Amino acid sequence: MGILEVQNVNKRFGGLQALRDVNLSIAQGSLHAIIGPNGAGKSTLLNCFVGRLIPDTGSVTFDGSSLIGLKPHEINQAGVTRVFQTPEIFGDLSLLENVMIPAFAKRDGAYKPSMWSPLQGEREIREQAEEALASVNLADKRHQTANSQSRGNKRRLELAMGLVQKPKLLLLDEPTAGMARADTNATIDLLKEISATGITMVVIEHDMHVVFSLAQKITVLAQGSPIVEDLPENIKGNPKVQEAYLGGAHL
Amino acid sequence: MLNLDKSDLRLFLLVAAALVLAPFILNPFPEGSNLAQFNAGYPDLMQRLVIFGIFAIGFNILFGLTGYLSFGHAAFLGVGSYAAIWMMKLLTMNVIPAIVVSIIVAGIFAALVGFISLRRSGIYFSILTLAFAQMSYSLAYSVLTPITGGETGLQPKINDPRILDAPLLDGATPTAGLFGIDMRASWQLSVGDWLFTFNFGYYFAAVVMLIAFYVSMRIFRSPFGMMLRAVKTNQNRLNYTGVNTRPYTLTAFIISGMYAGLAGGLLVAMDTQVGADRMFWTASGEVVLMTILGGAGTLIGPVLGAGFIKYMENVVSKINETVLHQWFYWLPDGLEDFVVSVIYPFVGKGWHLTLGLMFMAVVIFLPGGLMEGLRRLTQGRKKKADEKTGGAVATPAE
Ligand SMILES: Nc1ncnc2c1ncn2[C@@H]1O[C@H](COP(=O)(O)OP(=O)(O)OP(=O)(O)O)[C@@H](O)[C@H]1O
Ligand SMILES: [Mg+2]
Repeated sequence: MGILEVQNVNKRFGGLQALRDVNLSIAQGSLHAIIGPNGAGKSTLLNCFVGRLIPDTGSVTFDGSSLIGLKPHEINQAGVTRVFQTPEIFGDLSLLENVMIPAFAKRDGAYKPSMWSPLQGEREIREQAEEALASVNLADKRHQTANSQSRGNKRRLELAMGLVQKPKLLLLDEPTAGMARADTNATIDLLKEISATGITMVVIEHDMHVVFSLAQKITVLAQGSPIVEDLPENIKGNPKVQEAYLGGAHL
Repeated sequence: MLNLDKSDLRLFLLVAAALVLAPFILNPFPEGSNLAQFNAGYPDLMQRLVIFGIFAIGFNILFGLTGYLSFGHAAFLGVGSYAAIWMMKLLTMNVIPAIVVSIIVAGIFAALVGFISLRRSGIYFSILTLAFAQMSYSLAYSVLTPITGGETGLQPKINDPRILDAPLLDGATPTAGLFGIDMRASWQLSVGDWLFTFNFGYYFAAVVMLIAFYVSMRIFRSPFGMMLRAVKTNQNRLNYTGVNTRPYTLTAFIISGMYAGLAGGLLVAMDTQVGADRMFWTASGEVVLMTILGGAGTLIGPVLGAGFIKYMENVVSKINETVLHQWFYWLPDGLEDFVVSVIYPFVGKGWHLTLGLMFMAVVIFLPGGLMEGLRRLTQGRKKKADEKTGGAVATPAE
């Protein structure tokens, strides 16, 4: 049994079947990539994991208990953290504060109104946040506002917000999209390091360089269904995959 | 000191000094001069300045930090006032029980209103709070007349039970006080042509405001305050980081309701009467104006906004045609009449017009309120230097 078990998940938007009979098992400690053409349903699938969407049918089980019907904060508190595809950050807050918030949520739970202790006195949280920012090379910008950052920096900030929680399962939706090549390579190395600490990761990615440098297992999604699940070395030559990518020129 | 960082401590001490010296600061013009009209250093107005300052400080904890715009906060002020007056009728004319109970009752009422209203956000939240406040207002006038006194409102009467106080002598009027010191007690100092009034009620309210301000500062600088600011920027995202945002917003709502209740209780402590008009929607709107005018989300801005509006209401509204003629008597007659007729619509009863124009000007040119104006004046040069070094720096609220 994997840490995340997805069974017979279907999701329909009006006339569009976005997910069709999805079955997926993510092994504990693995780095599992989900790839597929635009509109294949990858983000929709992640949305079903974190409580943004409720599947029409099927089950999503994490660590032995169902995630269906839980609120987003409950799913996060259970140990599932998501890094968003389009940066969803706290624009008016500093980078440091952006990362301190998930660190607080991890330490203090979903609600703990500490009104009397100064934020500055929170050494432990601050150190965790600074460490996470340093790991994505944003330490020197920690006092700048998130809104003032470049798109690539925002992506790395998103990543730091996920990493600081040291979750059991980290869901990454295109973590390197919009990044410069050097940053992409740095991110690959970082994700490898994180994976080595035993955190299970699901990575959605378009950049095949990233996918093949990282993934231990790859699931290919096309038109809402997983068509192939295999080791990276077997994926490249698979004719079904080539077909899904319309000739697969970029594989 | 006081667990505040250096700049916050400076601001706190500045506010404390301003409160202590207010009778001087607000009375810059000698008695009997043409400009004495602009003096604000009389007890009644000074009390209002600090009490509405408290109201705005509390409102700012909700609106300034979370961005939830309540259009019904006058309801909590009104409920606080009614609670206070009942304490004065039933228990004692000492203001302490009145104020404590007004905070508690307003807090409970805010918990109820907030619990329901916070199920929605944006304009729907605003409308829900407005609906609650207008409901409270009409109930106070109709069904609840036995508790609220309906149109006549409530005052302490000589034959109220007041179980903790000794019975009053015949013909005496019950007066509010603090362990025997009358809230109306005043002491006057005259220096040359100047007359300064030091009123006990004002100083009592000023101390309460200073405490209220200190508490809000601590909230602003706490992890809780940061969560509230995160709610304002991206509440949805906050849920995905594992924070349950609803109880955070509810807590902020209750705290700001308690501040409103405190302000309501203090109003009664100064002037022992209540009417339901205190809960009318215009009163809810006024605190919104105060907060935005002064600078929502800044520490001291809302107090400035409250002071500004109450000053306009009490001072500009008293300038009538006769006064204007006195000021411009030195102009040739025709010109004098012309100048007076141009200015007249903006003063006296027209003070709302002036306020409205100033509000528009602030919102358009200084979206951060009066505080942004101050900041631009004092830090213009510093900001330019920052821009040169690149990247906006997240400045903590002032
Ligand atoms: N909330 C929604 N309402 C209606 N349709 C939706 C919704 N979310 C996604 N879709 C549709 O479902 C399909 C799958 O979208 P999804 O975002 O999951 O694709 P994706 O595989 O993540 O694509 P990309 O690689 O472009 O990110 C698309 O056709 C999309 O338009
Ligand atoms: Mg997507």
